[in-house]
Amino acid sequence: MRPVAITSWQWISAHRGTILALLRQHAVLTVIAVGAGLLISLPLGLFAYRHGAAYGPITSLAGLLYTIPSLALFALLTPFTGLSIMTAEIGLVSYTLLILIRNIVAGLRTVPEDVKDAARGMGYSRRQLLWHVELPLSFPAILAGVRVATVSTIGLITVAALIGKGGLGQLITEGLRILYPTEILTGALLSVLVALIADGLLLAAERTLTPWARARTVRAEG
Amino acid sequence: MISLRHVSKRFPGTRAPAVGDLSLEIAQGETVVLVGPSGCGKTTTMRMINRLIEPTSGEIWLDGRNVLQQDPVQLRRGIGYVIQSIGLLPHRTVAQNIATVPRLVGWDDTKVERRVQELAGLLELDPELLGRYPAELSGGQRQRVGVARALAVDPPVMLMDEPFAAVDPIVRARLQDQFVDIQERIRKTIVFVTHDIDEAIKMADRIAILNRGGVVEQFASPEEILREPANDFVKEFVGAERGLKRLALIRVADIEVEPGPVVAPEATAEEARRVIAAFPFDWTSVVQQGELLGWIDLAALDGHARVADLTPRPFSAYVTAASSLRQALDSIVTSRTQVAVVAREGQRYLGILTLQRISKEIVS
Repeated sequence: MRPVAITSWQWISAHRGTILALLRQHAVLTVIAVGAGLLISLPLGLFAYRHGAAYGPITSLAGLLYTIPSLALFALLTPFTGLSIMTAEIGLVSYTLLILIRNIVAGLRTVPEDVKDAARGMGYSRRQLLWHVELPLSFPAILAGVRVATVSTIGLITVAALIGKGGLGQLITEGLRILYPTEILTGALLSVLVALIADGLLLAAERTLTPWARARTVRAEG
Repeated sequence: MISLRHVSKRFPGTRAPAVGDLSLEIAQGETVVLVGPSGCGKTTTMRMINRLIEPTSGEIWLDGRNVLQQDPVQLRRGIGYVIQSIGLLPHRTVAQNIATVPRLVGWDDTKVERRVQELAGLLELDPELLGRYPAELSGGQRQRVGVARALAVDPPVMLMDEPFAAVDPIVRARLQDQFVDIQERIRKTIVFVTHDIDEAIKMADRIAILNRGGVVEQFASPEEILREPANDFVKEFVGAERGLKRLALIRVADIEVEPGPVVAPEATAEEARRVIAAFPFDWTSVVQQGELLGWIDLAALDGHARVADLTPRPFSAYVTAASSLRQALDSIVTSRTQVAVVAREGQRYLGILTLQRISKEIVS
């Protein structure tokens, strides 16, 4: 059997335009999925935090969505929403909910009771307490959830190639179909690279936005 | 200034009310300390004033207005609030924390900046600390930032719930002294909650001693509570050393001092012996035109014609009119002469205090 070259730089440069377009699709799908996931999770998380009894049902539901195999979900949705971005996003967003809701609630629960009491006692309204105290203090936990959701979404998008909206996943499925390693590797490695870069950017954002979280206690004079 | 009228609070699901029927009148500029064992409703009472807890019945008036008819958020912005754990906002710097209420009520940047500097000065906070986060402060610094924050918009009323309880005793004593000092200048109306009777005695103009269910057992000045505890509960709560604690509240200036043995340097040895003989001592103070020079020993007079021939020995300690009787007592028991010599700054001789004189105050 004749050995096949694993990478062909020629192929890559010849298909640069396609690769970049898929890369962009991948990024756009991720941003929409995580953004929409946050928009849905924030009110749900807040509700679950304020009404303890709702936490169980809400996370169970999100957990149930999480257990549906992605392949099956896309197949189930296709009769209703077709081979569209919508189909891909419904699936992708569903998978972010569990992680995001859990982290939002966990973050809100870490806000110390005495800080809230002092804030109320100084005349923060309920809304001001949420926006100026509770959410900022939950930010590290929420952002940690966003990081996990982002990285897992970037991986999951490749599966959406099944319905033709898979970003870099398109290269992988196509490469598998014609048994062309270069194409498979390009898709896979770029997908990993995108995940690493996104994770790094979010981590940097967290560091910049929450300098107080790393402030350490110094034992000085009383 | 603050008037609690038949206030009660019953929490849902509890049989006995946290506060049954409590009435208190608190005057402007007065520090009233609510003190009592845990479960006496002292914190509940305090938190009803800024409506962090809503009373079940009764009325609370503040500065001539019924607080129950005011918007709670607006009400709280006008009342300083300090709690035991302080509750500084961890994501805001010290300066931003102090500026919390000024920002809420919409002060502009320059006014806020000026006020933060002013308060840092008042609370003796190093300006370098202003840019730090609360996690980077020591316990004592945090408490002072908490007090500065509560004073930010200069509210006439302050509510303080065990504000110094979370720090070690040495730092606590210093914070208490500092706060008493500040309060003398700013004269806020303060409701202060503590379980520590000594803290209450130190801080209060008047103390309300509460029993279970918010029952006011006695509401009086610290001195009166120590002198005449209203009942056994108060007596027991105030605890042992009631007499000693009371001595800490009485100033030397409040009682009459005894003249004591005094001679002028011009006096002869014979005159000095006669002065000493009139007292149960073997020494006399030497005073020149009101100025205290020191003291001389009876035995040292032997072989000398005049007091001026001897060099008076300085008293190792003396008390002033502003000293407490407790300090005077300490001076008596530690001095060789068994008396406390009273002098004003600049060594103006005022008289002496003896153990007998002070014990008369304890029993009176």
